Parts: sequence; C-alpha cells; structure tokens
Amino acid sequence: MSLLELKNVSKIYGQLRALDNVNFSVNKGEWVSVMGPSGSGKSTMMNIIGALDKASEGEILLDGEDIAGKNAHTLTDIRRDKIGLIFQQFHLVSYLTAVENVMLAQYYHSMPDEKEAIEALKRVGLEDRVHHYPSQLSGGEQQRVCVARALINYPEIILADEPTGNLDEANEEVVVELFRKLHEDGTTLIVVTHNPEVAEVAQRTIVLRNGKVEREIINENFTGKIKKVTLTEK
Amino acid sequence: MGKRKMYLRMITASLLRRRSRMIIALLAIAIGATILSGLVTIYVDVPRQMGAQFRNYGANMIFTATDESVTEEEAKSAIAVIPDDELVGAAPYWYETVRVNDVPVMAAATDMEGANATSPFWDVSGEWPSSDGEIMIGENVANTYNLKVGDKMTATYASETDESGDASGDASGDAEVIMDNYLDFTVTGILDTGGTEEDYIYMSLNDMQTLTGKEISYDVCELSVSATSDELNRIKDAINEAVPSVTARLVKRVTQSETTVLSKLQALVLLVTIVVLALTMICVATTMTAVVAERRKEIGLRKALGASNRSIIAEFMGEGIILGAAGGLIGSIMGFAFAQAVSRSVFNASISLMPWLVPVTVIVSVFVTAAACMIPIRSATDVDPALVLKGE
Repeated sequence: MSLLELKNVSKIYGQLRALDNVNFSVNKGEWVSVMGPSGSGKSTMMNIIGALDKASEGEILLDGEDIAGKNAHTLTDIRRDKIGLIFQQFHLVSYLTAVENVMLAQYYHSMPDEKEAIEALKRVGLEDRVHHYPSQLSGGEQQRVCVARALINYPEIILADEPTGNLDEANEEVVVELFRKLHEDGTTLIVVTHNPEVAEVAQRTIVLRNGKVEREIINENFTGKIKKVTLTEK
Repeated sequence: MGKRKMYLRMITASLLRRRSRMIIALLAIAIGATILSGLVTIYVDVPRQMGAQFRNYGANMIFTATDESVTEEEAKSAIAVIPDDELVGAAPYWYETVRVNDVPVMAAATDMEGANATSPFWDVSGEWPSSDGEIMIGENVANTYNLKVGDKMTATYASETDESGDASGDASGDAEVIMDNYLDFTVTGILDTGGTEEDYIYMSLNDMQTLTGKEISYDVCELSVSATSDELNRIKDAINEAVPSVTARLVKRVTQSETTVLSKLQALVLLVTIVVLALTMICVATTMTAVVAERRKEIGLRKALGASNRSIIAEFMGEGIILGAAGGLIGSIMGFAFAQAVSRSVFNASISLMPWLVPVTVIVSVFVTAAACMIPIRSATDVDPALVLKGE
C-alpha cells in the first residue's frame, strides 16, 4: 500500500519548472533513494514531500491525505506529526546538548521525555555522548544525533537530504547502517543523495533529471548494506 | 524534563549563548529602568523637597480677622487645622505704634520662634530676642537712633483714657487724658531684609501687652506650610470653615511660583523618561533584530521540526521578558541610588525608598522590552525553513 504518492506534481518558478509532472509512489516500510545531478529538482521534491514547500500543481497523497493544497499551519502539523527530517548540514541547535536536541523534536510534537531521548541516542550508538554539545561531537556523531531526532516521534516517513554529504567513508557506513536498522524496524525512508553507493543501498532508486523522473531502478539484491550491487532497470 | 522546564532551558541557554549581545540589551534596559525609577522617585519626592526649599522664601499662607482682630484662641484653633508634619512655622503679629525718643515707630509683637521659622531669609546681626525685655530692631531704626547690638532703648506707648482712668479707649466719654507707658529694652539683634521690615521694631507678645496694657490679639498670622498648591488650598478652605472669625488666604506670589516651577520640573522629568524609554526600545529592538538574523537557521530548523509561529513567538518573547525583568530589577535598584545622589546634591536631603516602584519598574521594563521585540519576532515568524536550511 502506498504511504506516499505524487501525482503530476510540478513546481514552477516563473518560467522555470523545477519539477515537471512528477509521478511516483513510496510504499509503507520502503527504502527509496532519489538521485540526480545538481538542478535536477531533488531538493525541491524533498521540500514538497517534507511539507516545507508547496507544489504549484498536482496531488501529494501522504497516508491517503492530499497535502498539496494545505495551508502553512496544517503543513507545520504534518511535519511535526508525520515526518522526520535529516539534513546534510545536520542543523543542530548549538547551545543545546545532544539529548536536548533530540528532545527539541519531542517538545514541538508532544512532551519532552529525557529517558526516551537517551534511548534514541543509544539506538544510534551515542549513549556516551548524551550531554555533549554539537561542537564537542564529530560530523558523524552530529548526523547520528540528527537521526535520533528524526526518529524520536515515530514518524510515518523519514526524509534524509544528502545525509552523508558531509561525512567521511567510515561515518557514511555508520549512517547507512542506521538506515538499514530503521528499515528493518519498518520505517519508511526516502534518501536524497549524490552518492551512488548510498543510493544503491536502497530498495529502489528514482533518478531525476531536469525536474522529471528519468527512470526508476529496483535493487533486486537488496541487503541494506554498502557494497557493489547489480541494478536492473524497471 | 517537562515542557515548561524544556522551555526555560531553551531560552536561558539561548540568552547565555549570546552573552555579549544580551549584556548590551540588558544594559540598555537597565539604564532605561534606572532613569525611569530614578526620575519617578524624584518626580514623586521633588514636591516635598522643593516645598521645603520654597519655605525659605517666607510664609505661603496668612490669616486675618474677618471683623476686628484675631484672639489667641482663634489663632490656636486655626493653626490646629494644619497637620503637624506640614506646618513649618506660624508667626502671629500684633502691630502698635510706639514712640522712641518721641518719634513714632511701628512695633510688631510676635512669637520669635515662629517668626524665625516663617521668615528664614531674615538676616539678623546679633541674636533673635529670646526673653522679655529683649528687642530686635530694623536696620533703618538702628541707623535713625544710632543703636547697636547690646544698647538700651526705651519705647513709650501713649494710651488714651478718660478721667476715671478707664482704659477702654472709648472716645465718646468726657475729656481724655494721655497716659504714657514706657518699657526699657536691650537690643539683641538688628534686622536686615532689604524690605519694610527694617522700619519696625520686634518685641515679644508679653512685652507688647505690658507696654500697651491691652489683651493679646493679632492683626495677622503668617504661616509657612510645606504642601502642594492643591493641599494648601484645601487647608485654607478648612481653616475658613473651622474658624469663621478668621479669613485665611494664600500668599500668591509664593504658591504661584512654587506651582509653576514644580509643574515645569515634573514635565521635564516626564519628557526625559519618555525619551529614555524610547531610546531603550530602539536599542533592544536593534539587538533583537541582530539576534533574529543570527538565528535564522535555528528558527528554520525549529519550524522544520514542527514549531508553530506561536512557539517561535513564545521563545523570543520569553527571552525578551527575562531580559526586561532582569533589567528592570537592576534598574530599580540603581534608580534609587541615582535619585538619592540627585536629591543629596541638589536638595541636600535624603529620599526614602518607595517599594511599590520596584514592581512598577520591572513591569514597565518588561512591557518596553516586549514592545521592542515585536518587529524582530515578526521577522522570525516570516523565516522560510525550506530557504534557510538550504543556506539561502
């Protein structure tokens, strides 16, 4: 069953069609990668799926509900309740500790729960860095805090925009491993990436070019781990 | 950690994170609150201080007899109407014409202590008379008779009487006989005022009674009252109502100038306070605008995580309120010190702490800070998370 479905979605800036009649769907529990060159519309699509921006045309069905025409207030509610966001530049609040950064998402969602936040940090292997400030954490650790923050409210879907873009190879593997575990737990993942190795880990890859879906690639040997895989065109 | 605790943790951590900026904002608020608290203290206290200063310029109220003269009892009743803490001095005057070396001189009998209190500007060479038989003479009198402090002089009073010796002063009887009473005095002081007082001689009420052989009565009673113009009017009306046989009046040249100076001073204080608070608002608004600009990414992140505009407003307003309250508290303490210093240097008097001014200063500071935060907060709610998180 589709958790997310884009029907003829376009985003138009004046004469420019950043997204042009995009159609695709993501099933519940599926791990999908979005690839494409710079300017292909990846970030625009992520912003629209993440309820950070509105589409100019088309329908976006999230859990059966069309969010395309919703106002800013409703989109805020959707982001808070249904979506977990992970950014390339981490975006942690510098004056809050790791656990407080995780609790920030709880604060806006429902009620901060330190125990639960610490549990989330344990899940990403940061149990000994709970009370450290972002400046005291490495890039990989900061991104793991972001993952903990994204999953703390049990979102319907986790959107990761270039999550390994600022990480070295070792940390890239750690983050991908975290995604694999989340996928195993039934979390729906959409990962935007430039990196083919990270994209190929997913069950399916959507390739964008010039704002259009150029092709979809199914990973028939899906393991959720970084390695050389054989891709078959749909 | 509950929601409230997390909220407090976020806003305090944010304030501490930007210490230098926040200290500037706090300083601006504290200075504004200092001026507000200090000037309000002066505004409230200055009438009292100025009233005391104005008392150096002489009596500000007099009463006279409605018909003939004022008796001792009537004078006491009228003076009793004035609250003790407001009465600086009361000087009843009884005027008679006496002769010195056969030349008529105007003599004023009074309570010397009261006269000294109501006319502190009188310049006396020597001493004020302190007992019967002592006299203070105006400088013109001293020059006319070549008298100095310590000299003896004799005053003569010519009383008119009929043949039977009745001293009623009834002129309708038979042939009148002029009887001379005389009294010797020692000159203790020579009065220099630059006014008509220098043509008078001043003696005690007892001496005047002895010299004239009449009962004590007053032609006029001068009063020095430390009160505002409105209070003086109320006291005047109360005297006129309580003692109908006397007529109380304000000395307009004193009360009018007092009122004019006070109202202008208070208007100036009000104006300065408004200007300083406006400058405080501008400084806080500028600082908060810079803080919002610095925190655009953080605001975008919070919005991306699901923060509503109301949450963003609550967070920034919370920071503003903490700054306003802290600045107000510091300012109310510094304001008292400021007012105390001004009062001591200008009026040479201390002022008392007004506890109600502390919460008022804090509330006004919080209000001013909150108002100053409005525009920066508005720009914070306009942050588009999709743009700022991409670094645009």
